[in-house]
Amino acid sequence: MSRDVGLTTLQMAEFVARGVLAFDGVVPEALNARFLEQLRAPVGDSDRTLSQAYSRIIHDSSIPKISPGTSLPDCFQPGDCLHDILNLASVKGVIRSLVGDAPVFDHHFLHLTLGTGNETRRTARAVSQHNHQDSTIDPRQAFDIQLFYFPQAVTRAMGGTRYIPGSHLRRVSEAAIARYQNIVGQEHVICPAGSLYVFHMGLWHGAGCNQSTEDRYLYKIRLGPNAPQVRLWNDVDLVTQPDSPRPIFWTDPSHKDPVANRLMALEPWFEADTGRLELINRLKLWRYITGDPKADVDYWLTRIENEWGLP
Amino acid sequence: MAARQKVLVLYLATSALDTPVIGWAKYDGFGDSQPMTGDEDVPPYKTGVDALRDGWRLIQASPLVSHASGEEFRTDYLKYEFFFEQWQSIEPRL
Repeated sequence: MSRDVGLTTLQMAEFVARGVLAFDGVVPEALNARFLEQLRAPVGDSDRTLSQAYSRIIHDSSIPKISPGTSLPDCFQPGDCLHDILNLASVKGVIRSLVGDAPVFDHHFLHLTLGTGNETRRTARAVSQHNHQDSTIDPRQAFDIQLFYFPQAVTRAMGGTRYIPGSHLRRVSEAAIARYQNIVGQEHVICPAGSLYVFHMGLWHGAGCNQSTEDRYLYKIRLGPNAPQVRLWNDVDLVTQPDSPRPIFWTDPSHKDPVANRLMALEPWFEADTGRLELINRLKLWRYITGDPKADVDYWLTRIENEWGLP
Repeated sequence: MAARQKVLVLYLATSALDTPVIGWAKYDGFGDSQPMTGDEDVPPYKTGVDALRDGWRLIQASPLVSHASGEEFRTDYLKYEFFFEQWQSIEPRL
């Protein structure tokens, strides 16, 4: 049995800072083809409306109905397409690094956006989905992940998921952010077939408008932890208490710790003041996943915890 | 003469109108454009003042709100929201 490949410390820092990791083409083409074959309408019998498409797919067994709270290893049967995808060594390693070996299944869904070019225009005027944060207000430090699996190549015209890097630590109420049409630094998924995006549960996102002639498929599964999410990745290179913290503001170019740099990288949409709060909140999350209550970068937490002078 | 309103919402980097735009939304009551989420990656203006200079009229700005005790580090909604409007005349039907 192959050992799963876990995330690196630098990838974990990226996830803490931006709330998203992307793995292009991680699912082999044969599995992508199997997955799509199960979902697409038989040749000559194309779906005329979105509701027709969902009615057809939800009544077959390609995507099983699973109760929330089920342990992921019990969700899919060996030989099922989704079982094989989620048990790829690289995919298992990503899941294990973030939510452990036996995470809790929350829900899954197939997001289908019909193309516009067939003999019948199958949708009303195509529009994108508003930005939103999934589920509801969620003040936990522990976090769920959402895996977005794109079984086919996604072009810009196909309207792949739009997301706002670094938005995951903002506590908002689902569609309350719908007014935010565009945000500087927003990204749109454009990827080869078999790509996997991993979102922190709080990441702001929305489906793009499919302006292509091709139907777009996205399978999403949400998983929660069943144990503390502490040092679940390949953490052999983790250093949370460096011998010499790097100078701040009047900086030292010789300090080039990539993990610290990643944790402190600001997003272009951060407000001037709340951008600093984002760094503080990232560091609180970093302390949680490293298990080090004193971990810090650039003195952000140490400064505001110093009531009486340095120990 | 009848008129229709256009609304521009700008989110700025600080409470000052002359700081950079970090987010935006457009609503067109006139109907000659159909803005939607994710349709532009480049802001329509660099700053709020640039919108004023282009004829947009400021009608609302976010107040500055005290930070609740115990919630000082919480981040949530975009903080510096400015609503602008323009009015566009429509030709009467004969």
